[in-house]
Amino acid sequence: MIGLLLRRVAGAVLVLLALSAIVYALFYLAPRDPAVLTCGKGCTPERLADVRAAMGLDESALTQYWHFLEGLVTGRDYPAGPDVRHCPAPCLGYSFETDQPVTALLADRLPVSASLALGAETLSVAVGIGAGSLAGLRRFRFLDPLVNGLVLAGYAVPVFLVGLFLLLLFCVRLQWLPFPQYVAFTTDPLQWAQNLILPWIALAVILSATYARLTRAGLEQALGEDYVRTARAYGFPERRILRSRALRGALVPLVTLTAMDLASLMASAVLTETMFGLPGVGQLLVGAVNQIDLPVVVGVILLTGFLVVVANAVADLLYAAVDPRVQLT
Amino acid sequence: MITLRRLLGDRAFLTGAVAAAVMVLVALTAPLLTALAGQDPTTYHNDLLDSARGGVPTGALGGLSGEHWLGVEPGTGRDLFARVVHGARVSLGVAFSALVLQLLLGVGIGVAAGLGGRYADAVLSRLTDLTLAFPGLVLAIALLAVVPQSWPRPVLLAVVIALLGWAGTARITRAETLSLKTRDYVAAARVSGASPLRVARREILPGLAAPVLTYAALVLPGNMISEAGLSFLGVGVRPPTPSWGQMLSTATTWFRADPLYVFIPGGLLFVTLLAFVLVANGVRRVLDPRQSEVLR
Repeated sequence: MIGLLLRRVAGAVLVLLALSAIVYALFYLAPRDPAVLTCGKGCTPERLADVRAAMGLDESALTQYWHFLEGLVTGRDYPAGPDVRHCPAPCLGYSFETDQPVTALLADRLPVSASLALGAETLSVAVGIGAGSLAGLRRFRFLDPLVNGLVLAGYAVPVFLVGLFLLLLFCVRLQWLPFPQYVAFTTDPLQWAQNLILPWIALAVILSATYARLTRAGLEQALGEDYVRTARAYGFPERRILRSRALRGALVPLVTLTAMDLASLMASAVLTETMFGLPGVGQLLVGAVNQIDLPVVVGVILLTGFLVVVANAVADLLYAAVDPRVQLT
Repeated sequence: MITLRRLLGDRAFLTGAVAAAVMVLVALTAPLLTALAGQDPTTYHNDLLDSARGGVPTGALGGLSGEHWLGVEPGTGRDLFARVVHGARVSLGVAFSALVLQLLLGVGIGVAAGLGGRYADAVLSRLTDLTLAFPGLVLAIALLAVVPQSWPRPVLLAVVIALLGWAGTARITRAETLSLKTRDYVAAARVSGASPLRVARREILPGLAAPVLTYAALVLPGNMISEAGLSFLGVGVRPPTPSWGQMLSTATTWFRADPLYVFIPGGLLFVTLLAFVLVANGVRRVLDPRQSEVLR
């Protein structure tokens, strides 16, 4: 178990290192100089040199990357005029654009993205499993076309198209809802939900399709398994067989998928956030990329990678917990 | 032959195939079609806009007329028909080129992993898993933003989409290769001294065609969604080149004033995607009946 854990952690660290190196390398190949952008119009060569030094761009790419890694582990000090400012341990540097610490920017945006991801995932799982199990049970065959339609739509419609349609219908035509504007959960839970309901639905239309499909296929397969036949032979009531045997078997593949989806939604629901104007991590990335704000871009990509790696590990553990036949190696 | 007959008997497939074929034809003949309409996608027609209402097209239905078959774009007055037709060219062009690159990469890496030694397989499989797990959109945005503006965007888009989307094909190819490898005819070829390259080309590749094509058919609409999404975010195709995603992004600002404008690029994107998904679905049903439960 310890060995497994160590190997997992080592693998995760390697992945994150590779990711950050790739992003760093990319930005050094980029033709635009962030110092020139920051310095602005009427920039004198002396001022440009100062800006370069303050941003740490006067060192070689490798040295900069090394300092970045150091900062992540031990924190680092930045020259700021006559003073020195200290950036504590998981230091991702300061935004070139706003001069705020990247960790603070991320911490600021993460609640928005987490609200979006958690709500959308809950809704999708509920709808997906519900529709999928109804279709998987032979009694409800007439629901099949509905589920098929949902599945097809899930494949064929991009999330921003669904979003656009929802906005047009509920905010412009019917005017049932105001245009979404993020309100923190802690400020007003009701407003929070009201403003997020459309983005949740938009994502759920896409995500629940896959869940419904998997649930239906899994349920049909599980109903043919020996353990279901055995349970029937013992005379367990049908409802109990469905709930505790068949559905459990059917949901195994869903566990992994849900964990992974949740992670990638948290950091990369870029399209949904842009569509609905939610100030989440995805929007931070789009803004930063356009400004060549390297520390922020690296920060967002590392966060995404971190979430995906963690979700992967959690999914494996859950997988073993749900399906006793799985052995972790 | 039975495959073809089964396909032709599938009404959903036929509908999808006809619609998809029309869209491909439209994309291929875009310059011809716009010339026929007497318009081009980049000319501004300020005289057709109602400046009192902030640049909304004059007349009903977004300025629809005999001259402008689908009306004009709000704000600029550019001909909508010309723009969506050229948009089809970008959308399908990028999606198909990306698919070709994805298949080359995916099949190459998958076969190499399946036929290669233990270490080659371990390294390539890890790489595949990684690429598959990572949300590609985030990297695609970063990649596309740092490339010089002068590079041809559609080509770039195809390359980026392919680089981030080959892993699914590679995984399927590897699995199929592993199972084909154990067949008697492959073993016979190996024992009779065929080189690994020959085995891969003559014995493995033909067996891969059906499963890989079934999968690829679903990847194509996925590529179209990626292109539209990236252009929607403003890192894809640059104006004045028209793209559906980009038009949809503009449409969000014209929501209240000209809601009809959304439906033209949006509707076309939806119909095209649906057509290709129906084709993919039909192909899967015929080529892979065991898997047909997946998309019934």
